[in-house]
Amino acid sequence: MPRIPAGIAPANGAVVLMVGTTKGAFLLHADPARRRWSLDGPHFPGEEVYAMALDQRGGRRVLWAAPGNPFFGTTLRRSDDLGASWSGKDDRPLRFPEGSGASLKRVWQIRPGRETQADHLLLGVEPSGLFESTDGGDSWRPVDGLLAHEHRPRWTPGNGGMCLHTIVLDPEHTGRTLVAMSTGGVYRTEDGGHTWQARNRGVRAEFLPDKHPEFGQCVHKIAHHPAQPGRLFLQNHWGLYRSTDWGDTWDDVANGVPSDFGFAMAMHPHDADTVYIVPLESDMFRCVPDAKLRVFRTRDAGESWQALCDGMPQQDAYETVLRDGLDTDGLDPAGVYFGTRSGKVWGSADEGDTWQLIREGLPPVTCVKAATLA
Amino acid sequence: MTVTIRLPGPLRELAGGRSVIELEARVHTAGEALSAMRHRYPAVYDRIITEQGEVRPHVNVFVGNDTIQAVAGLATPLDADSEIVILPAVSGG
Repeated sequence: MPRIPAGIAPANGAVVLMVGTTKGAFLLHADPARRRWSLDGPHFPGEEVYAMALDQRGGRRVLWAAPGNPFFGTTLRRSDDLGASWSGKDDRPLRFPEGSGASLKRVWQIRPGRETQADHLLLGVEPSGLFESTDGGDSWRPVDGLLAHEHRPRWTPGNGGMCLHTIVLDPEHTGRTLVAMSTGGVYRTEDGGHTWQARNRGVRAEFLPDKHPEFGQCVHKIAHHPAQPGRLFLQNHWGLYRSTDWGDTWDDVANGVPSDFGFAMAMHPHDADTVYIVPLESDMFRCVPDAKLRVFRTRDAGESWQALCDGMPQQDAYETVLRDGLDTDGLDPAGVYFGTRSGKVWGSADEGDTWQLIREGLPPVTCVKAATLA
Repeated sequence: MTVTIRLPGPLRELAGGRSVIELEARVHTAGEALSAMRHRYPAVYDRIITEQGEVRPHVNVFVGNDTIQAVAGLATPLDADSEIVILPAVSGG
């Protein structure tokens, strides 16, 4: 039997990594120097965890996870003591409405709402949809505007399933939210979720006869910084893009990367011009190019990208990083972290300039979420 | 009639620790029996049946020694002394 995790009790200012895997969740934590890491887990042993989040809005400290039991479905669990205990064990699983034709397979994203809406949370799920809570997570309902969208019958599953994996909130305009699906592409609402419009102009769909359809793109991840609210970065299934108009149009910014195929993308916490990605060789060989483990960073909003590899293997590294496997913390200098399908977690305490192997031997990593304890 | 439903380990804690649920109900099929159980143990039901009324893909429901998928699905008939057994399927990695 796996050991029973005790939860973690780091001091304020510590960094916590929430690591989801195909066989449970793990918590890593370190002091702000970020050199020595402690591990707690597995939580939910045997269950896949694709989505985790730490909600620290309004003075709360709520840890969320969405374990998926391979037999009995997905539940949403919360911990108010950093993993020492989890509520929701006896809850009913999240469910689409009966008669909707949809059965929930997986939660891909847990997104705390805006700072000004402390009880608002969103879930991105498979099959593609949004669930919303306005009471701090006590109750959930699907967002009807997406559930009943006229395009839904033509959204199709990618290799990972038909998932809604990215939720971007406009910090200024509370009615505006942008989501990304694989496949389906980018959709945006201006009216709080009642209606949604496809926003994929300029984004390629290499796998379709029409390479630039209105919708149907396979978007893998979007990054956004609140200091530049109209600007978005997009890692596509072939293609690396930037938008400066909330997704109305997209421009190619694959300037100097070894491949524009990849999944993971993460924003720098303080610098709106700095973005991190982990390119993969191709859709047919989803490993890092040339078997060199490298993160790429732009510091000029995509005009150029630099390889970051100091400390990481540069030969025979057949590694894959999934769409939520890369994140940054809130410290200065920023920490950058990623997990691989081979069960390794890598980290940098200096914005990506140098790297250390934080942990290996974990199950395949599905997500890494970083947070600094307030 | 009395319907007996046997639960696997992971579902027992959702039924107050019971491994066996006995229901007094006038039911004729496996689906009706599970629906009758739903009133008392909705969380157990939800882990067996999806929101669209289908048995989850990796759950097997047996009536006696026969999986209902090989008989008539949730319409599989019950006898007076039928026993329903819920088991996780042989799948996963």
